[in-house]
Amino acid sequence: MKIRNCSRRRFLRQSFGAGAFVLGARYLPAPAAAALEDAVFRPNVFVGVKSDGTVLIVAHRSEMGTSSRTSVPMILADEMEADWKRVQLEQAIGDAKYGDQDTDGSHSVRSFFGVMQECGAAARTMLVQAGAAEWGVPAAECKATLHQVVHTPSGKKLGYGDLAAAAARLPVPAKSSLIFKKKSEYRYIGKDMPIYDLAAITHGTAVFGMDAKVDGMVYASVEHSPVLGGKIKSLDNKDALAVRGVSQTLVLPDFKPPHAFQALGGVAVIADNTWAAFQGRKKLKIAWDPGANGSYTSSEYKKQLQSTARQPGKVVRQVGDVEKGLGGAAKVLEAEYYVPLLAHAAMEPEVAVADFRGGKCTLWAPVQNPQAVQDTVAAALGIDKKDVICNVTLLGGGFGRKSKPDFCAEAAILSKQLGKPVKVVWTREDDIRFDYYHSVDAMYLKAGLDATGKPAAWLQRTVFPSIDSTFGLGVKYGGAGELGMGFVDWPFDIPNIRAENGEAVNHVRIGWMRSVANIYHAFAICSFADECAHAAGRDPKDYLLELIGPPRIVDLKAQGVAYANMGPIETYPVDAGRLRNVVEIVAEKSGWGKRTLPKGHALGIAAHRSFLTYIATVVEVAIGPGGKISIPRVDTVVDAGMIVNPDRVRSQFEGAAVFGASLALMGSITATNGKIDQSNYHNYPVARIHEAPYETHVHIVESDAPPAGVGEPGVPPFAPALCNAIFAATGKRIRELPIGKQLA
Amino acid sequence: MITLKVNGAARQFDGDPDMPLLWYLRDIVGLTGSKFGCGMGLCGACTVHQDGVAIRSCVTPVRGVAGKEITTIEGLGEHPLQAAWADLNVPQCGYCQVGQIMQAASLLKKTPLPTDKDIDDAMAGNICRCGTYQRIRAAIKSAAKERA
Repeated sequence: MKIRNCSRRRFLRQSFGAGAFVLGARYLPAPAAAALEDAVFRPNVFVGVKSDGTVLIVAHRSEMGTSSRTSVPMILADEMEADWKRVQLEQAIGDAKYGDQDTDGSHSVRSFFGVMQECGAAARTMLVQAGAAEWGVPAAECKATLHQVVHTPSGKKLGYGDLAAAAARLPVPAKSSLIFKKKSEYRYIGKDMPIYDLAAITHGTAVFGMDAKVDGMVYASVEHSPVLGGKIKSLDNKDALAVRGVSQTLVLPDFKPPHAFQALGGVAVIADNTWAAFQGRKKLKIAWDPGANGSYTSSEYKKQLQSTARQPGKVVRQVGDVEKGLGGAAKVLEAEYYVPLLAHAAMEPEVAVADFRGGKCTLWAPVQNPQAVQDTVAAALGIDKKDVICNVTLLGGGFGRKSKPDFCAEAAILSKQLGKPVKVVWTREDDIRFDYYHSVDAMYLKAGLDATGKPAAWLQRTVFPSIDSTFGLGVKYGGAGELGMGFVDWPFDIPNIRAENGEAVNHVRIGWMRSVANIYHAFAICSFADECAHAAGRDPKDYLLELIGPPRIVDLKAQGVAYANMGPIETYPVDAGRLRNVVEIVAEKSGWGKRTLPKGHALGIAAHRSFLTYIATVVEVAIGPGGKISIPRVDTVVDAGMIVNPDRVRSQFEGAAVFGASLALMGSITATNGKIDQSNYHNYPVARIHEAPYETHVHIVESDAPPAGVGEPGVPPFAPALCNAIFAATGKRIRELPIGKQLA
Repeated sequence: MITLKVNGAARQFDGDPDMPLLWYLRDIVGLTGSKFGCGMGLCGACTVHQDGVAIRSCVTPVRGVAGKEITTIEGLGEHPLQAAWADLNVPQCGYCQVGQIMQAASLLKKTPLPTDKDIDDAMAGNICRCGTYQRIRAAIKSAAKERA
């Protein structure tokens, strides 16, 4: 308790001290070491009511732009009948008592919709009971309405603040006794809610990890081995120490394979400001022994992956007899696709403040998974997990990178060595060169079309170094999670299907990036579907519908597929009907086959189910002189089940189109002799305003199905829809990303 | 000793004159609204105004702004762009948005009613990895109309 008080207050004072334009406390993203401490009524860990009526809600998911921090508490506020204007959010520290906090996998709303409703309903029920007791009337005659309990027959009213102390003395109702609001009674769910931190963001007072500051803090910049697993042969720090503001250098221990989330090791330069630490680091003279990964060169590795993809691999889905189907086909098509390594490149580079003292480590960091920070820092320092206090700031983007807390481990190790708080600041170059990369993938597809042009057989192979190699040694095949992302689960209506996975080993850290393996799988499958449509002389949209087949639940288990659905298959079955539906709607909304397009423009279509959400996208491309690509319009149809915050869903899909444009048009990470060739936005470009789609129209399907993901599923269909549009416009088939200068 | 004005207040700095203005503002003055994104003037997250014109503070050494008037988001005051940004719910993660707003404010000063091309030209140096460009464009147009 003492720690949370002092750390919280000190942090706020420092961050909002001299010179800063401070808005009211309403806007402070207070690290919630002191969660709910000011509430008199605390029915559970997520909500409290102060005697002045302020409702405190704990935001336990990280905010990286997806609106989790607003849209999850909003569910609780709605069920509780709290007035959102009187709600204050407290950001949770990492603590298992909140359940899962890994803001990842597009599941904040999906996994916590019910939990938030239960917590809100419990609070509301107790406040109603407190009101009824106060008036000596049956609770059934009372109801909660917008921060008040009303005795309906008499019209008497009491505010939540007035009832908080009495409610606190009541027993918390059993979950089974809770009565929930009807959908027609929802006050916030299904309506647009601005993000909680909006004004703080536009006024520059929002606190990101980069803005964290504590008393007595020093700054550190770390030189890592340019090759994963390399070791220091010699170190000369003389010139570094001569830089004004630099106090010392420290050697970080090497990681022990598998690397997982461990600090990479290297040499830290400690200084009294960030710039001095950067300057000192440039003056380090280090000779590295690159180790085994020093032979990794992307151009050679690519040939290996492609060669593997041309050979039979491990069978991961089998329906019918593909050889027989191919043998009897009127036409056989084959194609290879390739997607390179990709970097997350969130706007805020990795950064963390750590303060180790008295056997405990307190951190302030922009992290997607504060409980993983606890585990990682505890292991790095040899302390107990409960002695790691991880305060979560706002995240300047995450996209999966900030769920890997290697940079937090660095800060913690350095603080322990220094005996004072330290802020580790990564440069953009560190971010690009030391990412947990989105995996490179080579795919091979082969289809046999019957006399009507419909596939009688479909063979697909995928070869990529697995995320599992980050956590285990000797991993050669893709994990069930990756193969379940648009590879084994495509609801094809084809009598003979075989899916295979070939071997690949990692030489860099492989991780998950927004949409993960769906990106390369959707690119290959939806591109090849378009190739088959053109070979068959059919309209690509009609052909896509035919591939999906009639509305039905696809029973993958019956096909012997070890399928890791992102949720219970009974709750979230693979529903071909819902996929068909989004295709049909996107065709209508985009004017597919009906809209007259200017010369050089064309439409392309793709559909994909990921994170339990069904998406279809039509991209309009415009090809200018010299093959210059622009994207005047995108239409995306989203069936993500029940929607909590529609405007924030639309914004996620607008953003997904831009993210998709970046990886389709320009993004590529390569290595030479184990060293990453790219370093900053000039050689790892991402889409800028004039390169991004000019307008993206997002159409949300009204649905009462359980909520599904929205942060990620917009990305996978974008690249194939764009490339299919390019084919329609130019006759040039793109089989390798990024498109780059392939049209020049 | 370097003398400059930050948000109207006179300041003196006797540190490394090569220190980029961004780090001077963030680490020395304590104004953290301007963000570090790339350190090479490639992303625009660090955008501030020098005598009313947008510059990249991450590649501008303090010595280069001696005697100049620097305005950061903290000194911008209530700008119509901020209202437009709120009306259209522009930000996602928010990290780049201060730079976007400072860049857009500089654009509107010079070009009160910008065309799409004006917006592309002025804003092309400001990256938003979340991809809020469509709303940024709409918010700039909305604020421009409001002021016209």
